[in-house]
Amino acid sequence: MQPAKDTLAWMYEKMVTSRRFENAIEKIYMEGKSPVFNMADGPIPGEMHLSDGQEPVAVGVCAHLEAGDVVTATHRPHHQAIAKGVDLKKMAAEIFGKATGLSGGRGGHMHIFDAEVNFACSGIIAQGMGPAAGAALSRQIQGKPGVAVSFIGEGAANQGAFHEALNLAAVWKLPMVVVVEDNAWGISVSKEASTAIKRNSDRAAAYGIPGHYIPGNDPLKIYEVAGEAIARARRGEGPTLIEVETYRLAGHFMGDAEGYRPDGEKDGLFAKDPIPVMRTSLLADGSFTDAELDGLETSAQAAVDEAIRFARDSADPKPEDALTAVFA
Amino acid sequence: MENERKLTIARAMAEAMAQEMRIDPSVFVMGEDIAELGGVFGNTRGLLEEFGKERVRDTPISETGFIGAAVGAAQDGMKPVVELMFVDFFGVCFDAIYNLMAKNTYFSGGNFNVPMVLMTSTGGGYSDAGQHSQCLYGSFAHLPGMKVVSPSNAYDAKGLMTAALRDPNPVIYMFHKGLQGMGWLGTEAGAITHVPDESYEVEIGKAAIAREGRDVTIVSIAQGVHHGLKAADALAQQGISAEVVDLRSLVPLDRETVRASVAKTGRLIVVDEDYHSYGVSGEIIATVTESNMADLKAPPRRIAYPDVPIPFARVMEQHCLPNADKIAAAARELCGAPVPA
Ligand SMILES: Cc1ncc(C[n+]2csc(CCOP(=O)(O)OP(=O)(O)O)c2C)c(N)n1
Ligand SMILES: [Mg+2]
Repeated sequence: MQPAKDTLAWMYEKMVTSRRFENAIEKIYMEGKSPVFNMADGPIPGEMHLSDGQEPVAVGVCAHLEAGDVVTATHRPHHQAIAKGVDLKKMAAEIFGKATGLSGGRGGHMHIFDAEVNFACSGIIAQGMGPAAGAALSRQIQGKPGVAVSFIGEGAANQGAFHEALNLAAVWKLPMVVVVEDNAWGISVSKEASTAIKRNSDRAAAYGIPGHYIPGNDPLKIYEVAGEAIARARRGEGPTLIEVETYRLAGHFMGDAEGYRPDGEKDGLFAKDPIPVMRTSLLADGSFTDAELDGLETSAQAAVDEAIRFARDSADPKPEDALTAVFA
Repeated sequence: MENERKLTIARAMAEAMAQEMRIDPSVFVMGEDIAELGGVFGNTRGLLEEFGKERVRDTPISETGFIGAAVGAAQDGMKPVVELMFVDFFGVCFDAIYNLMAKNTYFSGGNFNVPMVLMTSTGGGYSDAGQHSQCLYGSFAHLPGMKVVSPSNAYDAKGLMTAALRDPNPVIYMFHKGLQGMGWLGTEAGAITHVPDESYEVEIGKAAIAREGRDVTIVSIAQGVHHGLKAADALAQQGISAEVVDLRSLVPLDRETVRASVAKTGRLIVVDEDYHSYGVSGEIIATVTESNMADLKAPPRRIAYPDVPIPFARVMEQHCLPNADKIAAAARELCGAPVPA
């Protein structure tokens, strides 16, 4: 299943939007943090987990989703949020901790919640799995259309919630798809050192569901496999487990010295940066012209600039607002 | 001071573990990112290099699995030190902690012991939001069967770790991120103290008088002790003499030191970065009011984290956190002193 041209354009534009957004966040994050790097300082304090390099997974999957479908994401959620259609201005403002943010500054970058497009996060590893199964169950009980996709990292496949929720989804044939972003690392611990098998997709066999491994961080292959899995879920045939080889081009979080990476690993990854790779291939097969791709990049940049401006210009929340919104 | 050896809490913890590992082959360490990286908060640095992969193990992100495994290893003659990277993650593994680690000694009538140390980071103040900033001291201390300690400085950090490693019981060792001495989390200068070279113990269950005073007792633990000390400095300028009690241990709790201090000052403020209700602050106040009502010249006060999840935005989080100004203001009210111009 090859995406139509407008889908391809959407995928490329969202990948570029995500990357440009993170480039902007990365720069602003460092404001006020030198010469001494203290996480508490600057316009964006706290932890910052960038998703540079992992954009193909987000767009390849979300190209098949509508606003009504459910996504649960992780501590590294920006690319998925952008691909799912989370309001970029309000998301930027949330990352800055502004009153106009999605949660009025209560959540920050690891807790992006946008009910308009059914997007939620947890910073606790694998804890998107249960809620995704629950959303899928709710659709099944209500007879409402829609699927739930849980994005997790490869490290999360060693967490109990992953297995418990997968078994639930399988035994109840829930409309759920689990997408494991295998970036080879869980902070400083390699997949090899932490995981007893090579491919987490093989774990699907334990639950009697289809499992697919997608090498090469290739947005088109991801599009194809995710499309089948999501269509299957929509038909009521149950869950699928997909693992995608992807690349973490940045540190685990900003400030990570990455001393644990083997020499040269980063150079090798940058050479495979999926955005220039996609650009080259779209030009090579003649499906897009330079001017068309430049146009998509320009509009991505404009959206990012607008979002960042909105975030910067927005007011801080009132300090005492911390005490509100605990209960509905 | 001559021969002064100033260490951070992170280094003091690692030194205590290393010294004990040299003399006790049953001690081993496991947790996420504790080997090659030396711990996200630096407290296991150097251990892998000295003791190798067998005794210093990076784990998968499987807290229920490896904390449960520590319980089993402890019951089988080992002394595991396990790290739960942030205390906030206890939600994925609490059964291993409070139903196994904390109860098996009792259940077995003492025919099993569970000598292990569970170290975990606490505290916020740097905008890490509500799943990475909590203290949760009270939640652990509430449940019987585990000792709970939290150092405010490097000297105590080393001595409490050594004591924990030699204790035949499970010990929850909670270290506050703001005191770790990791530059990227800010540095509390008062937490970096002289640490003797040789191995020593700080008795678990003994509070310390961090500063002597006459007019008001400020009781706290970990980061709160430093807030209390700063408040005491400010109050001294106004002629109010504050005594600061560093609990160091919540289980066992040194109720005598608290009572004796309040008997002297007649006024009590408890500072707690954990949630306000059902926690440490209420326990300390009850400790005094149950037996020493007559000592109190004014109702006790608590400066604790309000009963809300911890927000990300700096202005909101700082509004909620205890600080020296809030403590000093409460102390002035208790002492009937004017607000300084
Ligand atoms: C239950 C739990 N344990 C530990 C952590 C700390 N932690 C945050 S991210 C991370 C690594 C996650 O690796 P992976 O799932 O592969 O995701 P990635 O960071 O590579 O995107 C860890 C251990 C956590 N947030 N939650
Ligand atoms: Mg990973």
